Amino acid sequence: MNSKLLKFGFGVVAIAALIIVPMNFNRYGLFILSQWAVMTIAAMGLNLTLGYAGQVSLAQGAFVGIGAYTAAIMTSSGLPLIAALGVAIVLCFAVGWILGYPALRVQHHYLAFVTLAFSTLAFLVFRNEEWLTKGIYGISNIPRPEVFGYPTRRPLPFYYFCLGSLGLVSLAVWWLIRSPWGRAFVALRENPIRALSLGIDTRHYTLMAFAIGSALGGVAGVLYAPLTQYVDPVPFHLSLSLDLLMMVIVGGSGFFFGPFLGAMIAVLLPEWLRFTQGYYLMIYAVAVIGLLIYSPSGILGILDRFIAERRTKAASAKRATATAKLEATP
Amino acid sequence: MSAVLEVSNISKRFGGITAVNGVSFDVQEGEILGLIGPNGCGKSTLFNCILGQLTPSDGEVKLDGKTVTGLRPSELNKLGVSRTFQLLQVFPKLSVRENLILAGQEHQGNMLTRLVGPSDAGLTDAANQMIGFFKLDHLADEPAGGLSYGQQKLLDAAMAFMGGPRLVLLDEPAGGVNLTMLADLKDRLRAINQEKRATFVVIEHNMEFVMSLCTRVMVMAEGKVLAMGRPDEVRANPAVIEAYLGH
Repeated sequence: MNSKLLKFGFGVVAIAALIIVPMNFNRYGLFILSQWAVMTIAAMGLNLTLGYAGQVSLAQGAFVGIGAYTAAIMTSSGLPLIAALGVAIVLCFAVGWILGYPALRVQHHYLAFVTLAFSTLAFLVFRNEEWLTKGIYGISNIPRPEVFGYPTRRPLPFYYFCLGSLGLVSLAVWWLIRSPWGRAFVALRENPIRALSLGIDTRHYTLMAFAIGSALGGVAGVLYAPLTQYVDPVPFHLSLSLDLLMMVIVGGSGFFFGPFLGAMIAVLLPEWLRFTQGYYLMIYAVAVIGLLIYSPSGILGILDRFIAERRTKAASAKRATATAKLEATP
Repeated sequence: MSAVLEVSNISKRFGGITAVNGVSFDVQEGEILGLIGPNGCGKSTLFNCILGQLTPSDGEVKLDGKTVTGLRPSELNKLGVSRTFQLLQVFPKLSVRENLILAGQEHQGNMLTRLVGPSDAGLTDAANQMIGFFKLDHLADEPAGGLSYGQQKLLDAAMAFMGGPRLVLLDEPAGGVNLTMLADLKDRLRAINQEKRATFVVIEHNMEFVMSLCTRVMVMAEGKVLAMGRPDEVRANPAVIEAYLGH
């Protein structure tokens, strides 16, 4: 009960801080925070595919790209962003579903290579299919949407738009992972053979894990386009997929809040380390290596271990008193 | 009585090795069939062929008179066939109750209701009942990985019953379980057999366990059926004594 209250209190404070603190941020600060919200959504998608269902993917960045190009192309020709969102979700879901098929035959690093090839393929399409994507020149002047009649052209309203979207996605993902589907995803990751013997259609859940995770990548892309208001192929190179993978693993793969933390570190830490000038990438890399050696299950893995240890201690203390009582009774 | 499971002429070859060689038998409704034999005689391979984990090289498996050879394990499970594995197969990070809900959830509703419906798929009561039945009450909220080996073995067996199966294949349920817990397990299996009319096939090396629990016993050696009959008949069979039981 106490820990529930603590969690609830912490959640309220965190949400309030995310709403109030940025009010006097400058344009750049708001841009970075909006980027954090967008990347968190993409990382949540990957966390579903990789963290919960255990399917390695190096293609999440490509889905962010597909979403961003969908939004860029559709909104610059006058269509509303919500329409682009619908198209991007359906498109990424379908492509993700198809990309899931190799996962039914190959796993782990083999699967990583298959998804890596897809990532490269998507990048080549973004760069070379000029009739659709305008190639390396990119698509500029992407408009920002009106939400319930409120324009989001200025940085603060747009940040709130991103934050609100993150909130909605979080609720949906929270629902999904605590549903029987979430349990089936975990079973698929932990022991697919046993899962199959319990009637869990592992084929279906594997494809779903890919499709839903990819669709969330698409959602992030749809927000990314109006955030930067300019879309070209460079940000959707393989390195984005690797960044997203790192966010999931550093934050804590398979933990609900892992992507929030991971994205915070990947997006904000380079900014905080700016004062070190040329050294920031080095410091950043060493910090990540150190963390993963200390805790391969990421930051939330440390917390989890701490809580588990405390519980074990409490339980053995209880047992000790119980035994003592038992021995004391004649 | 009618046959729940009919296995005819099942063979399984791995390269040059014939692990199961033309095995035929049937399992009558409500019976507990024991399956014994030396290590490597093909018992587990036979289980895997029946349950769709492996595709048999030859032969046919019928469930209630319908051919089910080559169906996937998940499809067979939906038809009411369940199993346990020789090695422990619980989900260590999920709690005992979550393990049981997981084991039953795919038998509730469809994909959509499992997504939008309640998180426990309406199985909390059924899971609690199963927990009580297997005397795991004080452990219900513990992660399954923290349980002792014997307790995990009980949970493993309990999971096989969550979907309300008609036929359960148990692969060495007593392996590594201490004597008190073994008596409990036997008692529970017998109760489920009688109350729920579930049919069992049990692979086991513990002779006392097999002989006291099973209604019929099948003995395998070198991929073939060596003998089949009531426990006392099998125990007295000279070929069985020679190949497996010893003098």
